[in-house]
Parts: sequence; structure tokens; C-alpha cells
Amino acid sequence: MTRRRTPEELLKQAQAEDARGSRGRLKIFLGYASGSGKSSRMFDEGCRRAARGQDLVVAAVQPSGAPVTSLETIPQLAGGAINVGSVLARHPRVCLVDALAWNNPPGSVNPYRWQDVRDIMAADINVIASINIQYVSEFAARVERITGKHVDPTVPKAFLYGADEIVVVDSPPEQVHLAELREITLLLAADIVDQQLEGYLRYHGVGGSAGVQERILICLTPRSNARAMIESGRHIAERFHGELIAAHVRQPALTASAQITLSSNLEMARQAGADIEILEGEDAIEALLTFARERGVTQIFIGHGTATRWWDRLAGSPVGRLIRGAEDMDIRVFPQQISHNKEYGGGQAEDLSRLRGRRGENVSDGG
Amino acid sequence: MVGDAQEMRRASRDVVIGYFEPHGRAETIVRAEGLEVIPRRKVEYRGRVFEEMDTESILRRHPEVCVVDEFPHSNIDGLGRTKRWQDVNALLAAGIDVLTTMNIQHLESLNDQVWQLSGVRVRETIPDWVLKQADDVVLVDLTPGALLNRLIRGVVYPPEKSQQALENFFQEPTLVALRELAIRQTAHESESHHGDPGEPPHQPEGSAERILVVVTPDPSSAAVIRRAKRVADYLHGDCLAVGIANGKGADAVDRHLGFARNLHIESQMLEPEGDPAEAVVSFARERGVTQIFLAHSKPAGTIQFLRTPIDEGIIARSPDMQVTIVGSRPRL
Repeated sequence: MTRRRTPEELLKQAQAEDARGSRGRLKIFLGYASGSGKSSRMFDEGCRRAARGQDLVVAAVQPSGAPVTSLETIPQLAGGAINVGSVLARHPRVCLVDALAWNNPPGSVNPYRWQDVRDIMAADINVIASINIQYVSEFAARVERITGKHVDPTVPKAFLYGADEIVVVDSPPEQVHLAELREITLLLAADIVDQQLEGYLRYHGVGGSAGVQERILICLTPRSNARAMIESGRHIAERFHGELIAAHVRQPALTASAQITLSSNLEMARQAGADIEILEGEDAIEALLTFARERGVTQIFIGHGTATRWWDRLAGSPVGRLIRGAEDMDIRVFPQQISHNKEYGGGQAEDLSRLRGRRGENVSDGG
Repeated sequence: MVGDAQEMRRASRDVVIGYFEPHGRAETIVRAEGLEVIPRRKVEYRGRVFEEMDTESILRRHPEVCVVDEFPHSNIDGLGRTKRWQDVNALLAAGIDVLTTMNIQHLESLNDQVWQLSGVRVRETIPDWVLKQADDVVLVDLTPGALLNRLIRGVVYPPEKSQQALENFFQEPTLVALRELAIRQTAHESESHHGDPGEPPHQPEGSAERILVVVTPDPSSAAVIRRAKRVADYLHGDCLAVGIANGKGADAVDRHLGFARNLHIESQMLEPEGDPAEAVVSFARERGVTQIFLAHSKPAGTIQFLRTPIDEGIIARSPDMQVTIVGSRPRL
């Protein structure tokens, strides 16, 4: 786990430490429906901490929730808003906030409770909060489609990503539509945890990736059987809830028609939800491998030419070099189906016939 | 799990504890109070006495629900069933509902990834198809910080074992990664139970994937089998395996095919007279395979029975097929 850290890694680490500053920590209990038990998990933790002697207050409970009589509580303002002034004056070590997605009444200092929480954390008070997935802004439309119920979402996803700790409060779903909300919740939590994991590995200067989240890198060139690669990539990224990336290593002197084919391939990838990366590098395979390692790629998709007896020299070919150079990743080799080329416009066929005449270079689809 | 059992008992359901391992944890023992316990069976093995779940007694008692801790446990020799999950299957077959527990690192298809993350090769594993039988899979989520706290406070293990655990499995990045695996697996199980009516699965044209694993005598075959099966499961596709019988490696190939069969992969030995790569590719064409999974070939000289590295041979002979060379996942 120890290797020399690059200056860039050291800088990132320093920046991360600065950003933390003296801000309080945030822990969030995330549930997928009312009644999933997140509030009681949160208050249980509060009681355990108080029993261990931590200086802890409750700053917000749900209007319907029973008061937690065993814990010190700072009364909420009219309309349910947190009395931020009192909390800051009391300045406990830890503050419990139920129903993070609460909208404050008009005239409050902040329109939303999560902003109150941000202010409390800024005063170096730790916050433990609870929220249901349906109140996260970015999921609101999807949740509304699933449940048919309108909610006023208030908490941006980025706020959850900023949490120091997130805990999923899980239980078996009782209705089918809840199963979907549950998946959204689990996958959001997984992404947040993944970000923490990558951050942790970066912080400790560990190269490579834990490979827990699947990341698929499609290597595109004007000659790729792009449609097959992108369709498969999208399918696998969807099924694994992974990340899809399409990369092209810039090549000098592409013909105009090859340039057009390449652009349309990249556009197809973009529409499939891929992140597009144009890489530079004299050696295309080196550039792809370096990029793949930086991004924690787990699978590389690459095409190989079928127009010549390229396999006679696989070891020296780009595909062969990629396979030998990327022993820590899966390499999926796609044949280039020449018969399909007309789908991509005349440029591709022209490009290929040009290549066919030049045995010994550029035939395999090395990027 | 025990909390759920208590709730069932309060709801007047007939629930018993078939096996429960509180590891001497006081808080856990208290939670089980009031639940009927079926006494364990004592088994003598090589002069030592071991306690195992008494499956036959549970079957005779025939409760409505049975609590069985430590699902991945391997039984001591001589009990008939070698794995606790087989005992659980026997209970289920008799119409008894079962609540059980496992940690993510015991899932078979994650075995290589767990090794990569932790350096620990987990021996007691649950095949993925066994987990798939569950009607519900519930995530018990805990932040690694909280787990480490419990460990340090001595809630999980006695002190000397805690120290050992802290030095091995219980390193923070390992725990974070295992937790992410557990969350993702729960999402996956939930999806496969309930479908995803919101977004129909996106299948590329030409229907489902059919993955063929090529099994060689090399130990890396196990990792390729696990990876191929995992990918096929996630894609709702099929998985097949072929081995190539060839001289002195045949026993190892046989073992690997047996392993594949245990994971519910249809497996067979090919006995080609000519080029093994050609035989694999023809088999793949016959069976409508869309993708071939292979290990990285070792440098020439280590696999004497194949004249050319099999990955190159197969890629070369299958211009109509996708070939995946499975990464070897070095220790992080």
C-alpha cells in the first residue's frame, strides 16, 4: 500500500485537508420510505452516544414523531424550523436532525433545513441527520413516476455526497414500487461509498482502483465497430450500475472521411451516456493504459481488424500489446464487422480499404 | 436477524433458533432471550468435540420459522451434508421458513475481488445461485468507523482476536470496499427479485449473451469461471464451460470443471484431436456463444501442452466472436 506519491497526489491530499478545516462532521441515515426505521436508528445512536457521555442535543424532530424524552432537545421555531441561533449558542458536540428535507416557513433565515445544517456544521458542530430518498432533488421526477405522489424535494444530491458517513437503513420492501425506491437508495449509497473509497485510496497514495464499481472503457477509432461496442458497453454499465467511458487517442493526419466517422462514433457514445475523453500520446496503447489506470477502469473494450492475417503478429500488434499490458483489467476484443460498415457512412469503407493495402501497421484497432 | 425473530414471536409465530453464534457478545445474547433454542448436536472428530446445528431435530420439531446463523459455515466431516447452506435447503424443502446471515466476503463470485482487497482467500463460500433463492435479502449497514469502534471496544471479538482482526481483515479501506460490494449486491438481488418496471432492461440487438469459459489446468481458471458467471448473471445471460483434456493437466481441468458445475455452469471436457483453440471455437459456434472468456496466457514455456498461447489462438480463430481476456486482479 505504500508507494511514492506524486506531487499532484500530495496537493490533492493537502486540498482535501484544507477543505475539511474545522467543519463539523455529517452523518446521514438514508431510508427508502417512511417507516423504514431511519429516525429510530438515528435516535438509538444518539442515546448510545449520550450514554457514553457525548455532549449531544436534538435540534429537530418530525411533527408526528414522539419526543425523545431522554435526550436534551432544543425547541424548534414556529413552522418547524431549527432554532439555529440557540443551537449555536448551546454549541453541543453533536446535534441530531430528523427530517433533513424539511422546508422552512417563509421568512426564515434559510429556506431549507439542509442549509441550517450546513450553518451548524460550519460552527464545528457534528450533525447526525435522517432523510428519505424521495426528497433528494435529482431523484424527485423518478420517484414521482414510481409512486404517483408529488413531493417537494429540497435536498441536492451533492449535499449527501458531502456527508462524511452515510448509513443505509434497509428492510424488505412490502410493495413492488418500494422495491424500486430501495434500489435507487442502495445505488446512491454505493456511489457515495465508492467516492469515499477512491478518496481514501488517493489520500493514502494507493495506485490503481479497488475495482468494486465497474468502469468500462471503450476505445474508439474511425475503424471501430462502434455500434456493437457501445451497445454492449451501455448494457453492461446499466446492469452493473457502472460507469461508461469512451476514449479516442488523437491520431495525426486522419482523412476527412475518417474524421467524420470518428465524430459520429463519439457522438453515438455520448448519446449512450458515456463520458468522452480525447487522449494525447505518441503511443496510443500507452496512453490508453495510463488513462485506464487513472480512472480505475475494470474492463477495456477494443476492436481488432479482420481484414488481414493480423493474428500472425498478434504479439506485436496493438491488441496484443494491450492484452499483455493490462493484466489487471478485463480486455474484451470486438471483431470489426466490415459488412456493417455502410451503416457508418462511406468514409469507413474507404478508410478500411486504405488500411488493407498497408499490411503491417494500423490494421488492428489499437486506438 | 434475532430482532426480527423476536418480532415474529410477539406476533405469535412459531419461531425457533436452529443455530445461533453470539460469540460471547453480551448484547447479542440478551437479544435472543425468550426464544426457543434447538440444542446443538455434538460431533466428535479426531478426538475433539464440535457443535453443529441439529438439522434432524429441527425437522422433527418442524417450526414455522427457523433462525440459522452463519450461513456459509462448513460442517465437520461425517454429518452427511458438508455445508450449512445444504442444511438450510433441507429445512426449506420441508416447508420451514429460514432467517439466516452472511457477510459479503463469503459470496463465491466475489472471492477473487475479496482476495484482491484484503489478501484473504475466503474458503467458506456460498454459490451465487444459493443466495438467489432467498425471498428477501436485507442489507445490515454499518459504517466501517462504527465497526472498528465495536471491534476496539471488544464487542465483536475477545481482545487477542480483535488485535489479530485489526491487523488483517479489518483495515479501513478493505471494510469500505466490502461495504460497497455488499450494498451493490443487495441492490442487484433486489432488482432480480422484483424486476425493474420503470426501465426495461436494455438488451442489445440479437438477444441475450451466452458466455463460454475456457478452462485450462492453470489455477487462474477458477477466477475466470467466477468472473464469467458473475457477468452472465448480471446480464441475465447463460454461462457454459469447456475444458481441454490434454496430457498431465487433465486432472486439474477436471477439478475446475467440477467447480464450475457447483456454480451451476454447464461444463464439459473437449477431447480435440487437432488444434485445441480450433476445437473451442467450433464448440462456441455450435452452441451460439456470443463471448469467450479466457485467462491471460502465461509466458510461453509454462503451458507446454499448448504450442501457442491459447488466448492468441482463440482470438485469431474467432473473427466473428467477442473474446474477453480476464484480468488477474493483483492484490491492492
